[in-house]
Amino acid sequence: MEVNSKPGILKRIAGPVVTAINLDAHMYDVVKVGTEQLMGEVIKIDGPDTVIQVYESTTGIRPGEPVVNTGLSLAVELGPGLLTSIYDGIQRPLDVLIQKMGNFIARGVTAPGLNHEKKWDFKPVVHVGDKVTAGQIIGEVQETRSILHKVMIPPRAKGGKVTKINAGSFTIDEIVIELDSGESFPMMQKWPVRIPRPYVEKHSPSIPLLTGQRILDGLFPIAKGGTAAIPGPFGSGKTVTQQQLAKWSDAEIVVYIGCGERGNEMTEVLTEFPALKDPKTGNSLMERTVLIANTSNMPVAAREASVYTGITLAEYYRDMGYDVALMADSTSRWAEAMREICSRLEEMPGEEGYPAYLSSRLSEFYERAGLVQPLCGGSGSVSVIGAVSPAGGDFSEPVTQNTLRIVKVFWALDANLSRRRHFPAINWLQSYSLYMAQLNDYYDEKVSPEWNKLRAWFMEVLQKEAELLEIVQLVGSDALPEAEQITIEVARMIRELFLQQNGFDPVDTYCDLPKTLDMFKMIKTYAELAYAAQVAGVPPSQILGIKSKNEMPQVKFTKDYKPVLNKIYAGMEAEFKELRA
Amino acid sequence: MKEYKTVSKVAGPLLFVQKTEPVSYEEQVSLVLADGTMKRGQVLDTSDDLVVVQCYESTTGLGRDTGVRFLGETFKMPVSKTMLGRILSGGGKPIDGGPEIIPDKRLDINGAAINPYARGTPRDFIQTGISTIDGTNTLVRGQKLPIFSSAGLPHNEIALQIARQAKVPGSDEQFAVVFAAMGITREEANYFMADFERTGALERAVVFLNLADDPAVERTVTPRLALTTAEYLAYELGYHVLVILTDMTNYCEALRQIGAAREEVPGRRGYPGYMYTDLASLYERAGIIKGLKGSVTQIPILTMPGDDITHPIPDLTGYITEGQIVISPELHRKGIYPPINVLPSLSRLMNLGIGKGMTRDDHKKVSDMMYSGYAEGVDLRGLVAIVGKDALSERDQKFLEFADAFENTFVRQGADEDRTIAQTLDIGWNMFIQLPESELEKRIDRDLIKKYHPNYRK
Ligand SMILES: Nc1ncnc2c1ncn2[C@@H]1O[C@H](COP(=O)(O)OP(=O)(O)O)[C@@H](O)[C@H]1O
Ligand SMILES: [Mg+2]
Repeated sequence: MEVNSKPGILKRIAGPVVTAINLDAHMYDVVKVGTEQLMGEVIKIDGPDTVIQVYESTTGIRPGEPVVNTGLSLAVELGPGLLTSIYDGIQRPLDVLIQKMGNFIARGVTAPGLNHEKKWDFKPVVHVGDKVTAGQIIGEVQETRSILHKVMIPPRAKGGKVTKINAGSFTIDEIVIELDSGESFPMMQKWPVRIPRPYVEKHSPSIPLLTGQRILDGLFPIAKGGTAAIPGPFGSGKTVTQQQLAKWSDAEIVVYIGCGERGNEMTEVLTEFPALKDPKTGNSLMERTVLIANTSNMPVAAREASVYTGITLAEYYRDMGYDVALMADSTSRWAEAMREICSRLEEMPGEEGYPAYLSSRLSEFYERAGLVQPLCGGSGSVSVIGAVSPAGGDFSEPVTQNTLRIVKVFWALDANLSRRRHFPAINWLQSYSLYMAQLNDYYDEKVSPEWNKLRAWFMEVLQKEAELLEIVQLVGSDALPEAEQITIEVARMIRELFLQQNGFDPVDTYCDLPKTLDMFKMIKTYAELAYAAQVAGVPPSQILGIKSKNEMPQVKFTKDYKPVLNKIYAGMEAEFKELRA
Repeated sequence: MKEYKTVSKVAGPLLFVQKTEPVSYEEQVSLVLADGTMKRGQVLDTSDDLVVVQCYESTTGLGRDTGVRFLGETFKMPVSKTMLGRILSGGGKPIDGGPEIIPDKRLDINGAAINPYARGTPRDFIQTGISTIDGTNTLVRGQKLPIFSSAGLPHNEIALQIARQAKVPGSDEQFAVVFAAMGITREEANYFMADFERTGALERAVVFLNLADDPAVERTVTPRLALTTAEYLAYELGYHVLVILTDMTNYCEALRQIGAAREEVPGRRGYPGYMYTDLASLYERAGIIKGLKGSVTQIPILTMPGDDITHPIPDLTGYITEGQIVISPELHRKGIYPPINVLPSLSRLMNLGIGKGMTRDDHKKVSDMMYSGYAEGVDLRGLVAIVGKDALSERDQKFLEFADAFENTFVRQGADEDRTIAQTLDIGWNMFIQLPESELEKRIDRDLIKKYHPNYRK
């Protein structure tokens, strides 16, 4: 990196925040701190003082050491080679860091985000004489078996007529295109992480991001380009849900950010994903995935940056026209990183010690989601799913509240459910999706005209159950009217068969829309037969005791479940007929 | 070495020293009292005009005349294999009358974060012989699994039973225990020491003792010494190390005390806003590393103030650790040992260490069934209190009885009873007889029922 001003001098060190004097700097310039050249970023300018957050441990650094401004903003390298990588919060590849400094993370080591030696096979899609503009796709590289990387003119370029374009094998630094504007570009581009990448316009999402999770696809769907939050106390299933989405959602690219969470969870993803098959392409899931791991014990300033690094990578693939899903686990740890840094600035904090700008940072982040027309035309999307870890599991705390004001989907995790191993522990009465109206047409046309009605009926039964359970608490279940005893049983079936989905069962972990529809219908059919029998005078104990019902769980756990389902239908028909005879 | 006599302020555990040479962040400090006594401290904040030093020991006798010497390095501790069998103070000095530790190496006590890419997957099942752990909240090597308890409950007994009985079936690798006491009473410490001696565990243990009457600030160092020792034994000498840290609540109180003295903006309930990060810098030091032989498994113990699991100490801990074992005053009152309440307990790494080839093919399903059955039974107890048992359906009555059986046969066991995993799972199946098979089928595959259900086994 180039040095464009004379070094400042360190004046004070207290944890991850240091102060320098006599440094010529602008906000968010990247600086090199101390004789070990630790990477940092300017976060405050105050008279002669420049306040810097340092991405590495500051232990052992002393006043008087130099601080050098690079004059550049914190940026990421964008180009082929991102997929299958695992980075820390500032895009240092963790595998490269091991080669450079061993099993433990030392400091003062830099490593570029992309491999600059590797050659990629570049196939141009424009010709000499064509006019190209910023954001336009000029060529392709098969990045992984699943993903064709689109090489683009950088967003802020002038553009012009192509004077030269090279086909063949190149590193990301070699020039592949020259324009009559005098500009020439390699495959790699850089982008400052704190600035959203530009697009032409944003559209209202209308297609669901399918997740293979019945409660999400069936009752509370998120749209492609939408935003969702998963708040929940520890152990309620935030991480497993995020990982399920990373595995099974029908996004083309997945960016998974482990922000201030456990090291072992990232290891788990790293060992599991390469072995799992993407249901869409049949290739390994890793081939569409980028991981960012800035775990809880890694430097807190780099944790703060990790979220921006992640969303910038997501936008880059969106700009190629892909549907990208980004999971951030957990946005609360990001907010806490802001709080830790802010408290060292001796600024007046807002609620619970969080910085006053918490809510604007959160909304700026979620605003980078969306279904857009990228500069190259067509459409691309970034869906953002943020886990929230409320202190004490109390949703009234600032991060949860500020997030809920922004996102459109709320998947409320509930410790009362996880404690009884009802998974996913998503509370069906508290959760909501504000995309329903936009997605109705999709379900109507692409899945089944019955879908929306079945969904509404399920919600109604669950709501009714909640009311009935209050009565049961007072008088016992036997005292309920007969029809309502059946409602209670149907609701139990919805909860146990439909809502519960075991993420660790090889079959049940993923449930596509046709199977979800079949399970909707199976329960509805039982309910219809049951109510009819009850009206015809059959006692509830007999209705609830039919044998074919016991087969229903097998539908979940059987891959080719249709024969099981047919047997259940045949059984129900026969049994109810007999009961009414 | 230069000695400064420019202390301008002493507040709580902090000393403010003026006009020094450039001093580095977290540099170690010797404080020399007027009578020649030496105390240790560390730099918390350094600038060209003022240095803030945190004293690890009691601040009695510190004042304007205290001499301050900056030692030019961060906190390093000597480590060597000869530490096994030794008892050290919470600051790392031998207190068993034995010789000083002859260092093989001197290591920074803060360690460094394991590169997530270097981590191996913890999946070796540790059999503790306790059903509520092995059966329903399985511990694996390299895991951090805390015990959440309350004052007056037998968490120490349980920790010791784990330390005594823990083994990886079919393995005879080197095993060591590192025990760090923070602010516990002499009596509690004696209880641990007596058990270590009785069972011969002391020979393969390293003990760090910071007792209730030892300086509170020293407690912030004790777990770091313990974990540095554990990492050395594990990653350099190939030991499988079990680290017991007790009581983390006292550790957090010490953090709060330092934060208050620095006049920091507090986070929730007066605890420092960085407590999550600080605790993570301890708990994340559990694990295994690809290609290395040893492992560090952590069992931190904490007492929940007011038995409140949402209190910041258990809350932040639970957000970092890989599950928690929760001890229940209610079960304890019923006379059940170990009074582990499985419902709020969790082992997040369980799925990696159980199943065919590791424990038994039915393990996961048996565990799921026990959880849901017990949860349902416990809920029904509340209902029975209002409407009476007779108002329950036949199905519900069975679950009610199941919950009682669960507590009395599965949870309850002797303090020296060392159950194999097969025994634990079979106890589960014997309780399943009480439930309708259609209920079992909701969670357990038919083939497993046929294979293990007592009705099918002759
Ligand atoms: N969909 C699921 N299926 C099965 N088990 C689950 C599911 N979701 C969560 N769990 C269980 O709950 C535990 C805690 O989930 P996790 O996602 O780690 O919680 P959080 O991130 O909210 O702390 C997991 O280890 C797993 O045992
Ligand atoms: Mg989690």
